[in-house]
Amino acid sequence: MLDTTFTWGSLAPAVAEIYLVAAICVILLVEVFAGEKHPRVIPTLTLLALAIGAALTVRFGHVRTHVLLFDATYVADELAYVLKLAAYLIVAVVLLYSRTYLENRTILKGEYYVLALTALLGIFVLISANSLVTLYIGVELLALSVYAMVAFDRDSSVAAESAMKYFVLGAIASGALLYGMSMIYGLSGTLNLEEIAVRLHEPVSPGVILGLVFLVVGVAFKLGAVPFHMWLPDVYQGAPTSVTLFIGTAPKLAYFALALRLLAHGLGPTVIEWSQMLAALAILTLVVGNVVALVQTNLKRMLAYSTISNVGFILLGFVAGTPSGYAAALYYTLVYVLVALGSFGVILLASRKGFEAEELDDYKGLYQRDPMLALIMLMLMFSTAGVPPFVGFWAKLRIFQALWETGHLWLVIISAAMSVVGAFYYLRVIKLMYFDAPVGDLPPTARPMGVRAALAVNAAAVLVLGLLPAPLLDLCSRVIH
Amino acid sequence: MHGLLSILIWLPIAAGVIVLLLGDRNIAAGRWVSLVASIATLIISLPLLSHFDTNTASMQFIEHLPWIPRFNAYYGLGVDGISLPLVVLTAFMTIPVVIAGWTVIESRPAQYFAAFLIMEGLMIGVFSATDALLFYFFWEAMLIPMFLIIGIWGGPRRVYATIKFFLYTFLGSVFMLAALIYMYVKAGQYSIDAFQKLPLTLVEQRWIFVAFLLAFAVKVPMWPVHTWLPDAHVEAPTGGSVILAAIMLKMGGYGFLRFSLPVAPDASRELDMLIIALSLIAVVYIGFVAIVQQDMKKLIAYSSVAHMGFVTLGAFVVYDIVRNTGGLQGAGMGMDGAMVQMVSHGLVSGALFLCVGVLYDRVHSRQISDYGGVINKMPIFAAFMVLFALANTGLPGTSGFVGEFLVIIASFKASFWYSFFAAVTLMLGAAYTLWLVKRVVFGPIANAKVAHLTDVNGREFVVLGVLAVAVIVLGIWPEPLLKMMEPTIHHLVDQAVATKIPL
Repeated sequence: MLDTTFTWGSLAPAVAEIYLVAAICVILLVEVFAGEKHPRVIPTLTLLALAIGAALTVRFGHVRTHVLLFDATYVADELAYVLKLAAYLIVAVVLLYSRTYLENRTILKGEYYVLALTALLGIFVLISANSLVTLYIGVELLALSVYAMVAFDRDSSVAAESAMKYFVLGAIASGALLYGMSMIYGLSGTLNLEEIAVRLHEPVSPGVILGLVFLVVGVAFKLGAVPFHMWLPDVYQGAPTSVTLFIGTAPKLAYFALALRLLAHGLGPTVIEWSQMLAALAILTLVVGNVVALVQTNLKRMLAYSTISNVGFILLGFVAGTPSGYAAALYYTLVYVLVALGSFGVILLASRKGFEAEELDDYKGLYQRDPMLALIMLMLMFSTAGVPPFVGFWAKLRIFQALWETGHLWLVIISAAMSVVGAFYYLRVIKLMYFDAPVGDLPPTARPMGVRAALAVNAAAVLVLGLLPAPLLDLCSRVIH
Repeated sequence: MHGLLSILIWLPIAAGVIVLLLGDRNIAAGRWVSLVASIATLIISLPLLSHFDTNTASMQFIEHLPWIPRFNAYYGLGVDGISLPLVVLTAFMTIPVVIAGWTVIESRPAQYFAAFLIMEGLMIGVFSATDALLFYFFWEAMLIPMFLIIGIWGGPRRVYATIKFFLYTFLGSVFMLAALIYMYVKAGQYSIDAFQKLPLTLVEQRWIFVAFLLAFAVKVPMWPVHTWLPDAHVEAPTGGSVILAAIMLKMGGYGFLRFSLPVAPDASRELDMLIIALSLIAVVYIGFVAIVQQDMKKLIAYSSVAHMGFVTLGAFVVYDIVRNTGGLQGAGMGMDGAMVQMVSHGLVSGALFLCVGVLYDRVHSRQISDYGGVINKMPIFAAFMVLFALANTGLPGTSGFVGEFLVIIASFKASFWYSFFAAVTLMLGAAYTLWLVKRVVFGPIANAKVAHLTDVNGREFVVLGVLAVAVIVLGIWPEPLLKMMEPTIHHLVDQAVATKIPL
């Protein structure tokens, strides 16, 4: 069974979480003593902490095999390793992009950064969960941190309203998840995901199916799949843009892990059942997300519906129900996050003190005001639309491939048609930026050089990964197998 | 000779990026970079012609590098008898576009030249890719520069036109992608050659054929999915129209020859009537539509649709010829005609759009009624315009004649009625083109604007002159082109009439 002799070295695979807890404590203390006087200390310190964390994870946290820790409630594998490093990087970039925005809105406070780090801890726990309880702890740690972040601008009534909606609906989702977990636990007699996979087998009892329904609802809620998507547009639009950037990126990795660990691994024996449920959800999500996005006038809200439609594609990867499909979903998630980082980064840079550049009309003639920002946005939009040479093309291709391998003709046709519908609203953003003249007196875009350079690297990555997609595709397939 | 095709693809793209970086402030340098790069591309493409082995149907100047090992996808390039003429045509037609935009484009000129150079590289990539994934990559990437060209430098309804253009082509292409991936899953690789050899049941072939048809029919464009073309042409700047008509439409025809016929031969045999019927509708009905146009560009756009109808007709009459004659003798003639028609149409329609551009730059109107008696003020221009118009009607001695003649003869072998309807174009083409010339070029000077016209300048003369020479040379001496294509067409006929249904 498990190795009973304890050594510190055996904790090495969990270095990411252990280190992060320590770092959070230190940053909280520094905030208490120095945060008021030197508001710039905490942001810098946080970025430094993230860099060190990533370095420690690379140095000690790499595992080649499947390592179980803490009474098999925690799993360290290559997938977790890759996702954690990606999450480190993404959160660092998010915080880098957000700084000027937070400063302009006088919400540049140490707590914001601490909350981002606790959310990251939740992401890590979720990524490495091997038991229903660990999963649930991860989900709640992430969700509670993010609720607070949405409400962080306490003078904004819109943000408070969004946070409230998010909290109430999120609580329902957690409830569904917990309820489903309790049924599965009751019927299988174990909390351990690997053990559940062993004990459940065909034909599955109706009780398991019922529990499965609740779990799928919970996962769909968290991912934002239709018809459990209602919170997503309101939260994306109402939250401060820096928080929208956060919600729209790193947690997606965690929810991918949630779906993978819970459905694909733990409930693997019921793949036929849940893949049908996910197929129905995916079709609804693709259609509603794309069609509703067409009529939006607010860019943040439009990107929210775009997120929903992208979630539809991620679900399609799971529908395939094969390692190739999961690898496709992982690739899609990573690519989506990369592009979402850039898109919301552009919104952050286009916003100024007292001016939120969130209406689509605020982007009219952006090319004339700021060619570089417009070019970056153009690349990101074409990428999301799935046009080569950008990386978004490969993400869609990978999903189509997984669907063909499992013979899902109609899903291929529906998703192909929906990606054309989707292309329209991405093109509209480009049209506004490039073909229209600027209207009125819009403030000039922000020009902090560091952030601009980071954004340029982000856009360049979208192009380079599109021209040479092999390494990332290989990585995704390898860590899933 | 190794790496020649890569240079042809990446040299213009690199030059485009340089022009983009030079920006509008250094546009004088940018213009020269564009011109030098486009001429260099043409010169580099010439060894392809001289070293091309006309005795084999296999790919030549092959490049084969691993691209995505996991998918067995290669950066594979090569040309055969049907892609080489189109590669050279692309390299050739970009030069007039650069020259024509020399001083005319005033807003964001750097991006204008960059867009055309990048497009040139991507188009050459489409014609020379031997890997379906790479083909699709170039095929779709090309939409981006064209979308921007129409949207930024186009006319008043440019936004409508460019979004329509993009979505139409995107819709068609997405289903082609689905078909390509389906075949990849079966064949385990993306090589076009493997797809051509892949056994497929009739049901599979039908689906694949329809998916290809969606992509290629939109691009050609065939009736009834042609409606994006007149809009795009009318609103595009001169250079955009030239590239659209001269090269982009050819991609549809090329796709039919490279994919539809060899990959889904049984479905092609079964559905050939569909294509032939749509082609004849394009030839006859669109011919009538062209006659009533008031806008010069729109008229030429509709004439393009009609002429491209010949291409699809020529490609698909092969089955009826085989049915009627019972042998392969002369079965490739329709495809020969289709290819010559594509090259010829590239030259002639490009030249006609340049002629309209010359007039538009002076008068700023494309309405036929705003002109009249241009010959009195622009005799040299009038001579060119009349020549290209006659080539458009298919006058013997011009390139337009060769392609149409071959297709009509071939369709006569297939069915009398095909050739009857196809030959109607000789009348209709003459009607709309010559009536256009009569109203614009001849007659008394119509108004004060025409009275102030000045004849073509040196730049315009060179552009039109080179095209005129090409049109006449190809018309009088098409033999080298036909010889170059012969083994490939022969091989294509074999592939098209063979069955791929597994026993």
